[in-house]
Amino acid sequence: MNYFVDENGYYGEFGGAYIPEMLYPNVEELRLKYVQIMQEPSFQKEFQSLLKEYVGRPTPLYFAKRLSEKSNTKIYLKREDLCHTGAHKVNNTIGQILMAKRLGKNRIIAETGAGQHGVATATVCALMGLECIVYMGEIDIARQAPNVARMKMLGATVVPALSGSRTLKDATNEAIRDWINNPVDTHYIIGSVVGPHPYPDMVARFQSVISEEMKWQLKEKEGKENPDYVIACVGGGSNAAGAFYHYLDEESVQLIAVEAAGLGVNSGESAATSVLGNEGIIHGSKTLLMQTKDGQITEPYSISAGLDYPGVGPLHAHLCKSKRAEFISITDAEAMQAGLDLCKLEGIIPAIESSHALAVFNSKTFKENDVVVLNLSGRGDKDLDTYIKYFKL
Amino acid sequence: MNRINNKLQESKKLLSIYFTAGFPTLTDTVSIIEKLEKSGVDMIEIGLPFSDPLADGPTIQASSTTALNNGMTTSVLFDQLKDIRKTVSIPLIIMGYFNPMMQYGIEEFCKKCAEIGIDGLIIPDLPVNEYNDNFKVIFEKYGLINVFLITPQTSDERIKFIDEISNGFIYMVSSASVTGSKNSFGAVQNEYFKRISAMNLKAPQIIGFGISNAATFQQATKFAKGAIIGSAFVNHLSQNGVNSIDKFVSAILKD
Repeated sequence: MNYFVDENGYYGEFGGAYIPEMLYPNVEELRLKYVQIMQEPSFQKEFQSLLKEYVGRPTPLYFAKRLSEKSNTKIYLKREDLCHTGAHKVNNTIGQILMAKRLGKNRIIAETGAGQHGVATATVCALMGLECIVYMGEIDIARQAPNVARMKMLGATVVPALSGSRTLKDATNEAIRDWINNPVDTHYIIGSVVGPHPYPDMVARFQSVISEEMKWQLKEKEGKENPDYVIACVGGGSNAAGAFYHYLDEESVQLIAVEAAGLGVNSGESAATSVLGNEGIIHGSKTLLMQTKDGQITEPYSISAGLDYPGVGPLHAHLCKSKRAEFISITDAEAMQAGLDLCKLEGIIPAIESSHALAVFNSKTFKENDVVVLNLSGRGDKDLDTYIKYFKL
Repeated sequence: MNRINNKLQESKKLLSIYFTAGFPTLTDTVSIIEKLEKSGVDMIEIGLPFSDPLADGPTIQASSTTALNNGMTTSVLFDQLKDIRKTVSIPLIIMGYFNPMMQYGIEEFCKKCAEIGIDGLIIPDLPVNEYNDNFKVIFEKYGLINVFLITPQTSDERIKFIDEISNGFIYMVSSASVTGSKNSFGAVQNEYFKRISAMNLKAPQIIGFGISNAATFQQATKFAKGAIIGSAFVNHLSQNGVNSIDKFVSAILKD
């Protein structure tokens, strides 16, 4: 089984580029050039140097002793929460801003839900001195005020998405419309492994530094590159794509993708796309998505804004359908408790997205000598308000 | 022969009108179509509303949201249109995004279109290669014309390819933009219209996006076979309902 993108932009039956003709020249230009540009020595040199000096990579692979004791297995945390800006998102925005420069684009647009990708994009635009416009659902702007302020401080213009449900999917629609209206000077930095080919593959490649580091770090600590399990949360799926990437062909490594069940998979308030979704087209990609029987895209729910997306990247749809990865759904309550547990056990406040992955240790039993790597995708500072309200702190 | 091809052979310049099915109210569909034909419109694009219309500007987005809230679905639309050929004879095209059609089942969708007497489809997010590889056979089996788009950014080479595979007309997007009204076209548009006109394509071109009044209609049809008005008509419907459709159309076609 091939788990990587094929020459037509598909992962198995998922992927492709279902885009209006207006976007064809931009997407085609990217498709023809992205691999070549990424492989240029000068690109790699600049990318690696920024990851090291600016992002703070490599991020530690930390043996979580007390969490391991509690869960009776051997747990390593890949500390993406220690990246500059507080999450893995910046790995991709660094890569894409360098790509944009080489494509001669001087205006950057992005979508954001919780604001993490918007902040990561605003950050690299400030770094490179490029104009930055971030689309964000009107509802998300109201509930993520600190990140809106961050983006503004970094010099970005935050444009409210007023259409549809006024959240992430609508912000993505607005960003795509902006790209249609500005086809010449603009690059669209998509924040996850979603969208038309080549975005899912390009973003996965930029995030693959996560599993690349895991391999040599684990070799140092355990004497072997491969763990028994890799666990990551999945909204669109960029941190999971990065954490799985170099293990996709290592069939002995079991991959666990954790989705947000919200108030419960069958509650009507959920974002568990692998369970509730079926095949369709969202944001230019054929994948699994949550929709009505008439094919209207529905609004998901999760306490975690980063997992609150009605689709999933085509790579993950393929991993799910081919059963290469096990998909587990975690409720708000399970995630919040697991997040609080990590604070008390390890002194690490995780992002609520990552807390969903952590909750797997309460619902699945691992063997005592299993080596489990969990991608701690982000830190919880941005979620303090939610933690405070939830636990009445 | 398909009604679209017959219409394209007429010597006149063609006016095509788009509206979103289920807007302003759920049951306006048939009455809008009948009134458009009586007013002298040559062709109609019936918009199948979608929750996430990527290529549309605020006017059509808002009409789609209203239509969906009103209860419009693919099945409801087909049901409303089941007797449309008893009263209407001009070409009818369904314009919509691919996902709702996919969920209905592409073959089933095409079959239903053929039964009703729909002549063609415009699906902005179904790319040319996907259509050619997977759906062309089905569309042709049911006698449906698929209409492709070109834009000012489309290369000459690709325009020639699209011309080759078009069996109706080419939908020529007037400028790099989502749908929405403009009051006039500038020099850039004129250059683009002239450039395409000079290519002597086999498929006639009909210009859409940004046509809103008699001036833009005339400017566009100076170079192309026809023009399509969408957002301006949807705006008219939201302000006037279905009552003065004839006035809207005659203002476009005056002199």
